[in-house]
Amino acid sequence: MSAPAGSPHPAASSRIPPKLGGAAASGAAAPAGPGPGPHQQNGPAQNQMQVPSGYGLHPQSYIAPSGHYSQGPGKMTSLPLDSQCDDYYSGLYRVPTQNVVTPNTASQQPGAQQMYGSVPPAPHVVGSTLGSFQGAGSSASHLHTSASQPYSSFVNRYNSPAMYSANSSVAAQGFPSTCGHYALSTVSNAAYPSVSYPSLPAGDPYGQQMFTSQNAPTVRPVRDNSFSGPSTAISHPSPLPPPPSQQYHQQQSLSGYSTFAWSASGLPSTQDNLIQNHTSLATANNPTNPVADTLSCSVMQNVQPPKSSPVVSAVLSGASSTRTPPAAGRPVEPLASVARPSELLQQKGMQYGEYVNNQASSAPTPLSSTSDDEEEEEEDEEAGVDSSSTTSSASPMPNSYDALEGGSYPDMLSSSASSPAPDPAPEPDPAPAPAPAAPQPSKMAKPFGYGYPTLQPGYQNATAPLNSGVPPSSPMYSGFQQYAQQYPGMNQLSSSLGGLNLQSSSQPESLRPVNLTQERNILPMTPVWAPVPNLNLDLKKLNCSPDSFRCTLTNIPQTQALLNKAKLPLGLLLHPFRDLTQLPVITSNTIVRCRSCRTYINPFVSFIDQRRWKCNLCYRVNDVPEEFMYNPLTRSYGEPHKRPEVQNPTVEFIASSDYMLRPPQPAVYLFVLDVSHNAVEAGYLTILCQSLLENLDKLPGDSRTRIGFMTFDSTVHFYNLQEGLSQPQMLIVSDIDDVFLPTPDSLLVNLYESKELIKDLLNALPNMFTNTRETHSALGPALQAAFKLMSPTGGRVSVFQTQLPSLGAGLLQSREDPNQRSSTKVVQHLGPATDFYKKLALDCSGQQTAVDLFLLSSQYSDLASLACMSKYSAGCIYYYPSFHYTHNPSQAEKLQKDLKRYLTRKIGFEAVMRIRCTKGLSMHTFHGNFFVRSTDLLSLANINPDAGFAVQLSIEESLTDTSLVCFQTALLYTSSKGERRIRVHTLCLPVVSSLADVYAGADVQASICLLANMAVDRSISSSLSDARDALVNAVVDSLSAYGSTVSNLQHSGLIAPSSLKLFPLYILALLKQKAFRTGTSTRLDDRVYAMCQIKCQPLVHLMKMIHPNLYRVDRLTDEGAIHVNDRVVPQPPLQKLSAEKLTRDGAFLMDCGSVFYIWIGKSCDNNFIEDVLGYPNFASIPQKMTHLPELDTLSSERARSFITWLRDNRPLNPILHVVKDESPAKTEFFQHLIEDRTEAAFSYYEFLLHVQQQICK
Amino acid sequence: MNISIHPCSWPYSTSACSLQLTIIAFDELRTDFKNPIDQCNPVHARERLRNIERICFLLRKLVLPEYSIHSLFCIMFLCAQEWLTLGLNVPLLFYHFWRYFHCPADSSELAYDPPVVMNADTLSYCQKEAWCKLAFYLLSFFYYLYCMIYTLVSS
Repeated sequence: MSAPAGSPHPAASSRIPPKLGGAAASGAAAPAGPGPGPHQQNGPAQNQMQVPSGYGLHPQSYIAPSGHYSQGPGKMTSLPLDSQCDDYYSGLYRVPTQNVVTPNTASQQPGAQQMYGSVPPAPHVVGSTLGSFQGAGSSASHLHTSASQPYSSFVNRYNSPAMYSANSSVAAQGFPSTCGHYALSTVSNAAYPSVSYPSLPAGDPYGQQMFTSQNAPTVRPVRDNSFSGPSTAISHPSPLPPPPSQQYHQQQSLSGYSTFAWSASGLPSTQDNLIQNHTSLATANNPTNPVADTLSCSVMQNVQPPKSSPVVSAVLSGASSTRTPPAAGRPVEPLASVARPSELLQQKGMQYGEYVNNQASSAPTPLSSTSDDEEEEEEDEEAGVDSSSTTSSASPMPNSYDALEGGSYPDMLSSSASSPAPDPAPEPDPAPAPAPAAPQPSKMAKPFGYGYPTLQPGYQNATAPLNSGVPPSSPMYSGFQQYAQQYPGMNQLSSSLGGLNLQSSSQPESLRPVNLTQERNILPMTPVWAPVPNLNLDLKKLNCSPDSFRCTLTNIPQTQALLNKAKLPLGLLLHPFRDLTQLPVITSNTIVRCRSCRTYINPFVSFIDQRRWKCNLCYRVNDVPEEFMYNPLTRSYGEPHKRPEVQNPTVEFIASSDYMLRPPQPAVYLFVLDVSHNAVEAGYLTILCQSLLENLDKLPGDSRTRIGFMTFDSTVHFYNLQEGLSQPQMLIVSDIDDVFLPTPDSLLVNLYESKELIKDLLNALPNMFTNTRETHSALGPALQAAFKLMSPTGGRVSVFQTQLPSLGAGLLQSREDPNQRSSTKVVQHLGPATDFYKKLALDCSGQQTAVDLFLLSSQYSDLASLACMSKYSAGCIYYYPSFHYTHNPSQAEKLQKDLKRYLTRKIGFEAVMRIRCTKGLSMHTFHGNFFVRSTDLLSLANINPDAGFAVQLSIEESLTDTSLVCFQTALLYTSSKGERRIRVHTLCLPVVSSLADVYAGADVQASICLLANMAVDRSISSSLSDARDALVNAVVDSLSAYGSTVSNLQHSGLIAPSSLKLFPLYILALLKQKAFRTGTSTRLDDRVYAMCQIKCQPLVHLMKMIHPNLYRVDRLTDEGAIHVNDRVVPQPPLQKLSAEKLTRDGAFLMDCGSVFYIWIGKSCDNNFIEDVLGYPNFASIPQKMTHLPELDTLSSERARSFITWLRDNRPLNPILHVVKDESPAKTEFFQHLIEDRTEAAFSYYEFLLHVQQQICK
Repeated sequence: MNISIHPCSWPYSTSACSLQLTIIAFDELRTDFKNPIDQCNPVHARERLRNIERICFLLRKLVLPEYSIHSLFCIMFLCAQEWLTLGLNVPLLFYHFWRYFHCPADSSELAYDPPVVMNADTLSYCQKEAWCKLAFYLLSFFYYLYCMIYTLVSS
C-alpha cells in the first residue's frame, strides 16, 4: 500500500476520486508526498472554492488540516506545507500517547459461547418474571392461585368472578414458579422435547388484575433472585441471595408443576438479568437448535468486524503518509497510525483544547462507566403477568421497549464483568412516559378478564366451523349466537355483558337517517369511537383493537359491484407497532403458519378436528404440529384452540433463527447535524446535545449499541470516538463531490465503550461552531457519507437540517413564490425537485437504514424534496418552522420533548411488514413511509411506534361463499435487543350483501383518514385542486348513493346514515386543513409537512389534526370524570368548532394534536384567570404564555390534570398556547374553527348546501 | 404505398420486442419469492430492491425508443398519405404524448418510479398497458405485411 507513497502524484491534472476503495486499490491517492503548493490550498476545508482544483491535484488532502478550526473558519490558513501534513492528526486532537487498548472482544467470545453452551436446555425463559412485575403495577385484584392448586380449579377461577380476590402472597408464589421453570425445564424437555412455551397466553389478560400494587415492591427483589437462579446454573457471576431462591425451589416442588415450563418473555429491565436470561433464552428457545449458539456468537463477531482493513489503512496513510511514512507502512492498524502523528506533533493539540474537553490525561476507562449492579430500576409499567406458577407464561407487554424485548443475544461485553453494562435505567423510564394510557388498562381488562370464550373447536362438537356452514346471506351473528349457546360459559358471559351487545341495537342506530341540514348539533358530546364490527360476541372480543387495526368498512361488501355502489373507500388503517400495555409474547420452536399462504395461526381459524386446522385466509387445511397440541394455559394436551395464539388477536412471536439469514443487527444510531451559521444561530445544537446527554442511557439497545456523529456545513466532519482516545477526534472531509469515510471503523462506536468520549463530544459540540461563518450546507454529501457509514449494519440516521442544501449533490433551489401562498388556483412544487433524496432513500432502505429528518428552519427549505429521504426509507419527519432557541421558546420546548420521545421510544430494525387478507380481497395502494417491495410486502428499514399505515383494498372475487373476512398484518423486526420478533395483528370482519349493511358499518374516521391519504397522493401526482374535488366528490357520491338506494324517503334535506353523519363535517375539515386548503396563506413547507403527517400518522393522531377537539375549560367539574393514576380527570363535553360556541366569558381548550390552544374570552371569569392562569385579571395575562402554573386550587388542578391527560400518549408533544381574545395569535386559533366561514372557504352549513346541490345535479 | 410500408417490418419488430421485454420485466417485478424466510432476509431485501431499481431503469430506457419509433412511423404514414393507417395509429400516438408529458408533477422521471411501481394498481395498470400495446403492434404488423404483399402483388 505504501509503496507509491511519497511519490508525487502521478497525474496531477486528472481527477482521482478519493474514494476509499480507490485509494486502497491504488495507493496512489495516498502518496501526497510532501505536497506541492496546491495541496495546501486544498487543506483548509473552509475554502470551498478551492476544493475542486486542489482536489484534483492532491487527493490526499481532503482531510483538512486540523488547524483550521482553531483558527476560525473564515481564515485561510497558509501553513507551511510539510508541517501541515504532520499537523493533521496531532493538530486535530491530541492523541493519547498511551497505547489504545481495544477491548479484546474476540477473546471474550469463547467464554460467552461456553456460557451459552453450558446453559441447560431449559425451554424456559426470562420473560415471565417480567410479566409479573408489570402486573404489579396495575390494579389490585387478583386471581392468583397458588402454584399448588390443582389446575382444574384454577381454570374455574377464570370464569368465576370470585377469583378476583386480592392475594397478597401472589407475588411470592408467582415468582418461585418462574424459578421453577428453570429447574423443571429440563424435565419438560425430556417429556416433550419440542415444547417450550415461554409466553403466557392467558396471562396478559389476567395480568392486569393479578398483582396488587403493594406486591410490586416485594416482587422486585424476588425477580432478581429468580433470574439469578438460572444464572447460577449457568455459573453466572451474579450473586444469588439464597433465601428467595430456596423458596422458589420449594415452591416449585410444591407446585408439582407439570412438565412444561414456559415463561413470558419480555423483561423490562435490560441489565444483567436480561443478559443472563437471554443466555438461557437463546438456548432455551431452541433446544433443538444448536444454531442459536453459533448465531449469537457470530453476532458478536459482527459487532466489530475487522473492517476492510486495507482500505482503512490506505485512507489513513493517505492522510498521514507524508508525515509519517512508517504509519503508512502499517496497513492494518489504523489506530496505531493515528497515534503516531500525535506523538510527533502534540503542540497543535493544544489549540483544540477549546472544543474538546481536555481529557487527554485521563486514560479512557471503558470499564468504569456503569456498574453491573444497576438493576434496581423502577419499572412501573403496569402490565399483567400471569401467575407463572399456575399456568402458562404470557407476558403482557409493557410499553417499555425492554419489556418487549427478550433480548436474546447476550453481548459478550456485558457478560464479562469488566465491561460496562448497558445502563438499566433507560428503559423503564421511557416506558411509562410514552404510553401511560391509563384508561386503557381498564378498558382492555374487561374483554380479556373474563373467561376465555373461544372458537369452538370443531372437533368437540358438531357445529360447523366458522367459515363454513353459515349461510352467507343470513346475518352471521345468529349463526354464531347459536354456536355460543352450546357453551354454558359463553352464555353466562354474554348475559353478563349483555349491555355491550350491539347486535340488536347497532344496526338501526347506525343506519338511522339523519337530516344533516336540519341537525344542528351534529357533533356528539363525547369522542367518536370506532364502530364495533357486527360479529357475535366472542368473536368481537377476539378481534383486534381498533387502535391498531381498523377498516373503513366494518361490514365488508360481498362484491366489488356492491362496493362501487356504496361509493365508500375500502381500506385498512394500521398502527402496527403501537405501544401496547399488554401483549402476549410467544416463544415456541415452531410458529404455526398456513402452509400455502403463510398466514400465522390466529383466533379466527377453525379447527376441523384435533389435528387439523383450516386457514381463514386461503382455506387450506393444515396439520396441527405436535407442539401446538399442548396448551400451556391449561397445561393440558390436545387443546390447541386454547393456545394463546388462538386466544389473542395481537401476539408477538419470538422468531427462531429460521427468520434471519444474517444475525440480527445491533441498534445503530447516527446523528448528522447541520452546523452552518444558520444552524448555530438557531441554537438547536444545545438542545439536541442536552437531550442526548440526558437520554444516552435510555437509547433503546443492548450492549452492542453503536452510535456516531457527523456534522456538516460546506464540508463534512466526522468524529472519531474510538475507545481509547482521550478526546474525540474531528476529521474533516472537504471533498464534497466524492465524499469518503476517513476511518470507517472508528466513526460508529460502541455506546458503552466510548461513553465518556461521546459525552465529551456532546458537551463540546454546541460551542465548537459558535463563530462559524460558513453559511453553506452540504447536506447531500453528508447523507452520502452517512449512507456509506451505515451500510454495513443498517440502523437509524437522524438528520438535523436548518436550511436549503446549497452545496454538492442534492442541492436545492428555492421554489416557493411567497405571492402564491394564498393562491386559490394552482399549488406547485408539492413533489420533489430532485430525485437525489429519493434514490438515496432507496439505497438506504436496501441497506436497512432509515433516515429521520428534523427540519428546523425559518425559511423555505423545500421539505417536499427533503422529505423523500425519510419517505422511502421508512423514517419519520419532524418540522419546526421558525425554530429559534430564544426567540421561539415554545418550538424549542417542543423540540426538547419530541427529542425525548424520539430518543427513548421503541424501535425495530430491518423490518418487513406483510399484510394478508382473505382470498378474494386484494390490496393495491399503500400509504405511509416505506418502500413497497412486492405487492403485499412493505420494507421498513426502521419501525417506530408512532408510524401509521394505510392500505387500499379492492374486492377481486366475490365473497359470497364466506361470511367472514380476515386481515392479518405481520411485522417482522429486529428489536433493539437484537431479537427477531414478529408482531401479528388479526382483524376479522363480517361480509354483508346488502347496501344498507355496508352503510351501517361505515367507519367514518377511518374513511376520512384513508381519503386524506389518497388526496395527498392525488395532489402530488395531479394537482391540489383535483384532490380537493375528489374529496368533495367522495362525500357527494356516497351521500347521493345512500339517498338513492337505501333511504327511500324523499326528504328535501341532505340525508346521511347515522354512521356517516360526520362525513361532510370531516371532509370540510380536511378541505380546511393546511395540507389542502386554498385561499388562506399557507407556506409551502407547512403544507408539505401536513401532507407528510397525513401519510404517516396513525389514525388517532391524524383525526385530532384534521378535526381538533374543543372543550370549555373554565367550568370543569368532576361530573363524569374518570380516574387515571389516582388523578381525577374531568371530561368536559366536546364543543363544535364554531365561533358561536366561544362565549366571551369562557375559556376554551382546543386540542389540535400537535398543539393546544387555550382561548381566553375577554370577559372571562376572573376567578378562572386567577386560579388557573395565576394572573389577577384578563389584561395582565401575557401575550405569550405556554404553561399553566401549578397553583394549589381545585380548578387549576382540574385543568392541569385534564391537559396532562390529553397530552399522554402523543407522539408529538403538544405545546400549549394561551391565546387571549385580542392577541394577534388568535388567528391561529380561529383558523381551526372549521365550521365557520372564512373568506376563502365554506362554512359547514354552506358546505352542506353545496353538497346537496351537487347531489341534485 | 410501397414506400411507407416496406421498411416497417423491422422497426416494428423492435418495438414489439421492447414491449415483450416490458412484459417480462413486469412479470419479474411481480414475482417475488413466496418463501417468507427469504422475504425477511435483509440480503434478499437488498437484492430485491436492486432488482426493482434495475428493472425500472430498464423500463425507462425502453420508453423513449418505443415512443420515438412509433411516432416516426406515424410521420412516415403521414408523408405517404396513408390516412387509414395513420388514423389507426393516431390514438396511440396521442396516448404516448400524454404519457410522456403528463409525468407526475415536479418529477424529473418519466414513469416507472421504483417506490411506486410495486403498488398493485400501478403494476397491473402498466402490465395491462403493455399487453394491449403488444397486441396492437402485432396486429398492425400483420396488417402492414398484408398491405405490403397486396401492393406488391397488385402492382
